Amino acid sequence: MTDAFLNIENVSRRFAPRVSFGDRIAAKLGQKVDTRITHAVDGVSLTVAKGEALGLVGESGCGKSTLGRVVAGILAPSAGATSVAGEPVMSGGHKTTTRVQMIFQDPYASLDPRMQVGDTIAEGPLAHGLTTKAQARDYVGKWLTTVGLDPAFASRYPHQFSGGQRQRIAIARALAMQPDMLVCDEPVASLDVSIQAQIINLFLKLRRELNLTMLFISHDLGVVRHLCDRVAIMYLGRIVELGETQAVYAAPQHPYTQALLDSVPKLVLDDGVTTSFKPIAGELPSPLSPPAGCHFHLRCPLAAERCREERPLLREVGTARLSACHFAPFAPA
Amino acid sequence: MSGGAATAPLLEVEDLATHFFTRAGVVKAVDGVSFRLSKGEVMGLVGESGSGKSVTGFSLLGLVDPPGRIASGAVRFEGQDLVSMRPSQLRRLRGKRIAMVFQDPATTLNPVITIGEQMRMALEAHGVTGEQATRARSVAVLTRVGIPDAARRLGAYPHEFSGGMRQRVAIAIALLHDPALLIADEPTTALDVSIQAQILAEMKALVADLGMALIWISHDLATVSSLADKIAVMYAGRIVEAGPTAAVLRNPRHPYTRGLLDSLPARADPGRDLVQIPGSTPSLLSLPPGCAFAPRCPRADAACQVMPELVTERLRQHRCHHPLGLEVAT
Repeated sequence: MTDAFLNIENVSRRFAPRVSFGDRIAAKLGQKVDTRITHAVDGVSLTVAKGEALGLVGESGCGKSTLGRVVAGILAPSAGATSVAGEPVMSGGHKTTTRVQMIFQDPYASLDPRMQVGDTIAEGPLAHGLTTKAQARDYVGKWLTTVGLDPAFASRYPHQFSGGQRQRIAIARALAMQPDMLVCDEPVASLDVSIQAQIINLFLKLRRELNLTMLFISHDLGVVRHLCDRVAIMYLGRIVELGETQAVYAAPQHPYTQALLDSVPKLVLDDGVTTSFKPIAGELPSPLSPPAGCHFHLRCPLAAERCREERPLLREVGTARLSACHFAPFAPA
Repeated sequence: MSGGAATAPLLEVEDLATHFFTRAGVVKAVDGVSFRLSKGEVMGLVGESGSGKSVTGFSLLGLVDPPGRIASGAVRFEGQDLVSMRPSQLRRLRGKRIAMVFQDPATTLNPVITIGEQMRMALEAHGVTGEQATRARSVAVLTRVGIPDAARRLGAYPHEFSGGMRQRVAIAIALLHDPALLIADEPTTALDVSIQAQILAEMKALVADLGMALIWISHDLATVSSLADKIAVMYAGRIVEAGPTAAVLRNPRHPYTRGLLDSLPARADPGRDLVQIPGSTPSLLSLPPGCAFAPRCPRADAACQVMPELVTERLRQHRCHHPLGLEVAT
């Protein structure tokens, strides 16, 4: 895409185990010391257009949160770079832009329990000169109103709020930095069903009113279908499929996407219907020693000799559709 | 759905009330809950956090710790009343005739004891002794829940298993004595969808093969709909609607059940605002008089200031002054 607003270019993030002095001696003496490197994110390139919402879906350990943190400038990539509106998110290991802000999963852990929420929200904008001490009160009130809270709540502490309200406060804090882009890491996963719907509606409203660009990380395929224009499916550090949400859900072009969609329990409304589950065989391999070739081949019903040896590249298999499967494209079922 | 009127139900819960007597006041976590369950039947107990669904499960097993206690009501299981039972008698049932699986297998298994040893202790607690017997039984149940190479895995510690495998171990331990009733409290909530699908498939097979009754406690309507014969929806300590799962979800009578269904993104057009339930779940310390859902309910009026009675209509029950109408099946 030419009008890329967020540009993720060949980003990798590796984690090496901390090897202590003792471990090094043990290794010298012939002991086995685990020095394997985790490739949490392995050469991911993505673009997101202005005002677009991209869903990033995968199971725990697939690297989606690590990628989100790199995009938000919280974690430096081991290789590659990200930029927003042509401006690099990080340079020299430090975040250099306020255009990207992040919202986290757990609103109980992401707010300082000893700070009044108004101070929490004002802290960033004051530091970056987006408001002044004199105007901070009104400024905070404006953002609290935007997320559907009473401005008078500014003087309260996090423990006085419910989970849904806390998540609204975390959203207000991110918005108060006047970002162009939000990275949301499972923002509704820890909320009750009825509260989840309220926060989803809030995101829809914010997208309409503020034209926000969003990277929406979730394991919940239903939430992503509802909120996102496009979706990227991630497996063991790599993107395996990318496309428009509706199209991907209707006719997946990667066996893993198909398996994920099959795993989601559906609401059964007919009497006497016995649902059969079609679970994916096996489990997510350890990212410490991912299988060679296609990472999914151990669990894939289509796996052939070629999949064990040759890494499938993410390539175009249809209009605006990428898949990293040797056998794609698949005819729609 | 089996278990006709002729046979006594396996489990009969009547007007169960579990209250927590805290310094801030009495928290009526479970307040007047009744249901019955027959052999081989699966009931989904649905609600949001604080609805009392887990405390209901704990109450059946006598696992409520002070300041909480069962304030009133009866729990009859295989003809015996569990509420009035002495702790020593209850211990003989717990883990043997009634077993429970919890949400987080990482905290329910002992991290410093091998799973083989934990299973041996669970077997010996109910009189199965001897190296060979305990080992054979352990391997059998582990294999049953889909743990490959079970005999070798007996020597492994919980941390050597993945989350999904750990939950299978927890289920295997619950199955050691062929319980008549299994209570599963959000057993797949902490797991990935692909692993959840595996566990659900396993559960379905277990119920079908062993004739075990199952109480599946969950906030997820979709998993309940694919597993449970009947459903009970809880709100603020009470069952507000109950009945055959598909019938209730297809045609809910209580506005709260309707609201839960409408909140699901899977049922709405992408990008459209979801129909949301306004407000949040009430504090159990300061429940409104009358129907606890009234402050959030679109159908509430003055009548809702009085607690609605549980109305039974054939197989279905609801607790609402203004129930949604039944659509006529075509």
